Amino acid sequence: MTRWFASVRAPFAALALILFAAFAQVAGAAELRFPDLSGRVVDQAGLLSPLARERVTNWLAELERAKGHQVVVATLPNLQGVTIEDYGYQLGRAWGIGQAGRNTGALLIVAPTERAVRIEVGYGLEGDLTDALSRAIIERDILPAFRSGSYEQGILAGTASILRTLGFEPADAPARTQSRPAAPQETGAGMLLLFGVVLFIAFLARRNPRTRSILPYVLAAMAAGRGGSRGGGRSFGGGFRGGGGSFGGGGASGRW
Amino acid sequence: MSTLALTQSRAPAALWRRTGLRVILLTWLAAALSACGWVNTIPTLDEASNAAWSEVQNQYQRRADLVPNLVETVRGYAAQERETLTAVVEARAKATQMTLPADITTNPQAFQQFQQNQAQLSSALARLLVVVEAYPDLKSNQNFLSLQSQLEGTENRIAVARRDYILSVQAYNTEVRTFPGVLVAMLYGAKPKETFAAAPESQTAPRVQF
Repeated sequence: MTRWFASVRAPFAALALILFAAFAQVAGAAELRFPDLSGRVVDQAGLLSPLARERVTNWLAELERAKGHQVVVATLPNLQGVTIEDYGYQLGRAWGIGQAGRNTGALLIVAPTERAVRIEVGYGLEGDLTDALSRAIIERDILPAFRSGSYEQGILAGTASILRTLGFEPADAPARTQSRPAAPQETGAGMLLLFGVVLFIAFLARRNPRTRSILPYVLAAMAAGRGGSRGGGRSFGGGFRGGGGSFGGGGASGRW
Repeated sequence: MSTLALTQSRAPAALWRRTGLRVILLTWLAAALSACGWVNTIPTLDEASNAAWSEVQNQYQRRADLVPNLVETVRGYAAQERETLTAVVEARAKATQMTLPADITTNPQAFQQFQQNQAQLSSALARLLVVVEAYPDLKSNQNFLSLQSQLEGTENRIAVARRDYILSVQAYNTEVRTFPGVLVAMLYGAKPKETFAAAPESQTAPRVQF
């Protein structure tokens, strides 16, 4: 029993170190604090009803299924003293929204305290969702509703317009209660698998000392895999995770 | 030379031992450096900052490409603002005509010149956008609105690209100037790079209320 524990302890320690390093790397990268990517709609400012949140989440999930683009709606209690332009691209990078390499992500950011809204567009979508079109969506669909105090309406109309501009018509069924993607279980399964593999190798190592020599390589490969999906590293238990896309300041902002 | 002559007079085995020792030491040093990743750090950071620099150039170029269209549109409504328009056209010409030397990031003079030219275009554009405030017809022109939002977006991209470049050069310069990177830098002949002074006026996009 003690021998078994000894052979398992080392890989677990290594794994813990790797995970810790991954977290530290992500956490140390930015001085601004960003909310957790808890889903496709991160309503930190509490502007949406549960029903609207569900509806927008479904649209955005459908979009990703159909086109592969990741769009996230974020409402923020405050911007920590920087402009929404400053905050937006860093939030997008921290979350890693959009497919890695193709950078096909976009954010709709609403900061009611600063009365600022922004459509932040990833590199890969700048051709479809241009600055001028983003500006038009803000001016036409979002700001009038915001000015009259209806955040929910503005966010729904704005998101729908963004999706249409990206060539995807959201199914406009308000009462459609599609089961949400079973996401928490998904990441839970991922972690379980990871630990399973480590356990399995430890088991092999116990039975056959020669296997022990491959252990560092396997762990290193796992670490590399972790490093690759940086945006997702933060969002354990959140379900939805960023694909690793990046942002370069494209898009438009509006104030009301 | 003298050591060679000296050692030649001794037994050949001693010579072998001495050069052998040297080879072993050098190999050990190289292996140690590369094992710690020191040898690769500088080229890696160099590549990253080169990429960040080309992004800066791209975005400035993108802005320069927008200007002729913008000037034409404004001229259609506000031809009497000749002075402001000419200033923009000239600043653009100056910024685009400058041939950038390949070593611009390590050439303080050329870097300074580049930055100055772009800052001039920034301020000329900012003035233009203030001037157009007096022309309601122009301000409601769809083409102008589109160009203006593109210009705003591009100014924002420039700000982002500049900041990314500043960060990448910080990392590179720190590596080049501190131990053990300073040893590796000698190996490569790597020099510290120029970076932007954070000029607040060129960081904020010219913004016009509708």
